[in-house]
Amino acid sequence: MNIMKPIQSLLLALVCTLLLGGNGFSQSTPQAFTGAQIIPISGEPINNGVLVVEDGKITAVGGPNTRIPRGADVHDMSGKIIMPGLVDTHSHIGEGDGGDRSSALHPDVRIMDAIDPRSDTFRKALAGGITSVNVMPGSGHLMSGQTVYLKLRKANTIEDMLIYLDDEKSIYGGLKMANGTNPIGGSGFPGTRAKSAAMVRALYVKAQEYQAKIEAADGDESKMPPRDIGMEALVEVLEGKRTVHNHTHRHDDILTAIRLSQEFGYKLVLQHVSEAWKVADEIAEAGVPASIITLDSFGGKLEAAEIKNANGKYLEDAGVLVGLHTDDGITDSRLFLRSAALAVREGMSRKGALESVTIANAIMMDIDDRAGTLEKGKDADFIILSGDPFSVYTHVEETWIEGSKVWDRSNNEDRKYATGGYEIFRGEIHTHHDMGDSQ
Amino acid sequence: MRLFKKLLLIPALLLIFSFNDAEAQIAVKGETVYTMAGDPITNGVVLIKDGKIERVGSASSVNIPSNYEVYEAKVVTPGLIDAHSVVGLAGHLNQEHDQDQLETSSAIQPELRAIDAYNAREALVKHLRDLGITTVHTGHGPGALISGQTMIVKTAGETVEESTVVPAKMLAFTLGNNMSRAITKPGTRSKGVAMLRQELVKAQDYLEKRNGDEEYSMDLGMEALADLLEGKLTALVTVHKANDIMTAVRLQEEFGFPMVLDGAAEAYLIIDELKEAGHPIIVHPTMIRTSGDAKNATFETAGMLYEAGIPIAFQSGYEGYVPKTRVILFEAGVAGANGLGMENALRVLTIDAAELLGIQDRVGSLEAGKDADVAMFNGDPLEYTSNVIGVIINGVKVK
Repeated sequence: MNIMKPIQSLLLALVCTLLLGGNGFSQSTPQAFTGAQIIPISGEPINNGVLVVEDGKITAVGGPNTRIPRGADVHDMSGKIIMPGLVDTHSHIGEGDGGDRSSALHPDVRIMDAIDPRSDTFRKALAGGITSVNVMPGSGHLMSGQTVYLKLRKANTIEDMLIYLDDEKSIYGGLKMANGTNPIGGSGFPGTRAKSAAMVRALYVKAQEYQAKIEAADGDESKMPPRDIGMEALVEVLEGKRTVHNHTHRHDDILTAIRLSQEFGYKLVLQHVSEAWKVADEIAEAGVPASIITLDSFGGKLEAAEIKNANGKYLEDAGVLVGLHTDDGITDSRLFLRSAALAVREGMSRKGALESVTIANAIMMDIDDRAGTLEKGKDADFIILSGDPFSVYTHVEETWIEGSKVWDRSNNEDRKYATGGYEIFRGEIHTHHDMGDSQ
Repeated sequence: MRLFKKLLLIPALLLIFSFNDAEAQIAVKGETVYTMAGDPITNGVVLIKDGKIERVGSASSVNIPSNYEVYEAKVVTPGLIDAHSVVGLAGHLNQEHDQDQLETSSAIQPELRAIDAYNAREALVKHLRDLGITTVHTGHGPGALISGQTMIVKTAGETVEESTVVPAKMLAFTLGNNMSRAITKPGTRSKGVAMLRQELVKAQDYLEKRNGDEEYSMDLGMEALADLLEGKLTALVTVHKANDIMTAVRLQEEFGFPMVLDGAAEAYLIIDELKEAGHPIIVHPTMIRTSGDAKNATFETAGMLYEAGIPIAFQSGYEGYVPKTRVILFEAGVAGANGLGMENALRVLTIDAAELLGIQDRVGSLEAGKDADVAMFNGDPLEYTSNVIGVIINGVKVK
């Protein structure tokens, strides 16, 4: 009888080891990656570089003489390329949604209340090297709800994935807005572009008044306005704590989005910006960042019919901070680097295109203090590539988040999320507004 | 005398036209020329005269006459062949007025001809052309049991007549759950197959009458199905799930028509059966969205089918939203990088597609006597960051 106890303990210990260590390496042992070309984004590529990671953070990045801590697990990555984990500013993975058809304006609705942290779409993104992502509700509303910024850590709950932007852990995303044709039409929805703008402005005016009441109360609970969760979110927007991600295609809609952000003084990221090439200078002058998409062809959506894959080049030349996004399922998260390569194909610089899937997006999501480059002190989010980031022949081989390996192409179960296969993708791909019959 | 002068003028005018246009003489020099008829030629030359390929060889063996316009590229390939598209019937605006790939008034309409709907000036046609695609098998799309006919076009020409290579090539069938929501019948898969079988039985009777001596009243739909049964048209069956693919094979065995499988996302599950059945496969776009019937699609399917010796070709397919078309050059790239390999992918893009479509006498390789359709690249054609720097169709530089 007595002999069973040690065996039980041993088994328990074994199970614990498996649970904790199964996805990577114990957090306390430093990890060193040697021999690869490191593209830190924050500086020039380093040949035969060394990346050292400890407790989920980067502790050193440098050339072959970089000191490797005693006792570190050393990974020989000769012939590989290491770059920061990719950051996607606009995606619909996770099978969540936002506002319903009861209203055109849903600042109160949070997509975090609808996301399935076990969705296979997250595995698909890891297979593409994406480590941080802004998951947004759709674009069929003037405001479809609050977005979430996620780290694609292994998660049981959505909270396990959130990226908190403040110490109170109250902000972990932006606010999705849309203009142009998507939010137009239907009961309670605008019928024209000018009505769209008027409805948004009226709501922000209300939010300003709500904000003024809170300020006037000056901490006196009895003088506070009744709690309104939609207004609270908009006050966060007015205070610059919550960024507006504004879906917009046509050149005049782009300028309307900028105009409203200037009137109310909120932080804006332009999303899609299909006709950016027509108003690149105006966007630059406003100092607003643009998150764009590259596609296999134009067309399919009337107001976006004049989109150009050269938008990246036009915006870069004008001096705009340019990011790229997947808009998954419009493009496939597994091929996010391809999106950047297509921008290079149409004239964007390699440097700009590399930034557009890393640090530029991190800046737009206010997470550049922890993601987007390989620099000492940042989160150890990085990917190991078999070759040049922009080559069709290159595969993402490993994806690491905060010092843990979360995806490994050499593991057959993981590999299927890169290639596809029988019964691999069970979750439905986000169906976009008016996607119609497909394939 | 006056008449004589006028008559003289006509050939003179023709001569001027031909010099400016169709019959310009061109030499294309490539650091690597993939002829698809033998090994790639290092420092190769393609001579083009009167719209046809005149000669292909190494720079040391081919003299370029002094009056030939000379173009140079890193890589030269035959014009690429998209084995299944809907462009020209489907327009980029995606509005009712430019979507002619699917008529939803009934589930079976084999009488619908592609030539009556193809818009040669559609912007998506130019989009494909600018990416090196010179021949497209296009027409009615998936979404109905039989949606209509397809045709083969060159991506040059301003009218359907100028563009046409083969005016009626295949009949577009769809099996499985890919039926358009706008078509109410059939309500189940088995009902759909029953409807098709009944229609084909009718066509067998019709064909008997057509081949007989007695008078019969002409039926356009039956005409097309009779052509199918006689092998003048081929069935293009869009189908993804393994069980539905086997249903297509069963249907073909019952009625004996020529068949090409299209899409075939789960083909890798039944490779032995498909090899035995012997039907070519126009494999789904490599980057097809993994949803609906195609949710089990893989990047590696093209490579696996090629490895098994099943004839395949690439397609841009049908897209209902954004992007409005895919591009076989890009689909081949991802397939090439996922098991198929670069040179095999180039073969599938050119000569293999030509053979699958039965137009290998005219296109698909750079050989003397074939149509002068050429694509020029500034690097590996499959690389994301390479550009198409020139396109020649029927001996005319169109990009």
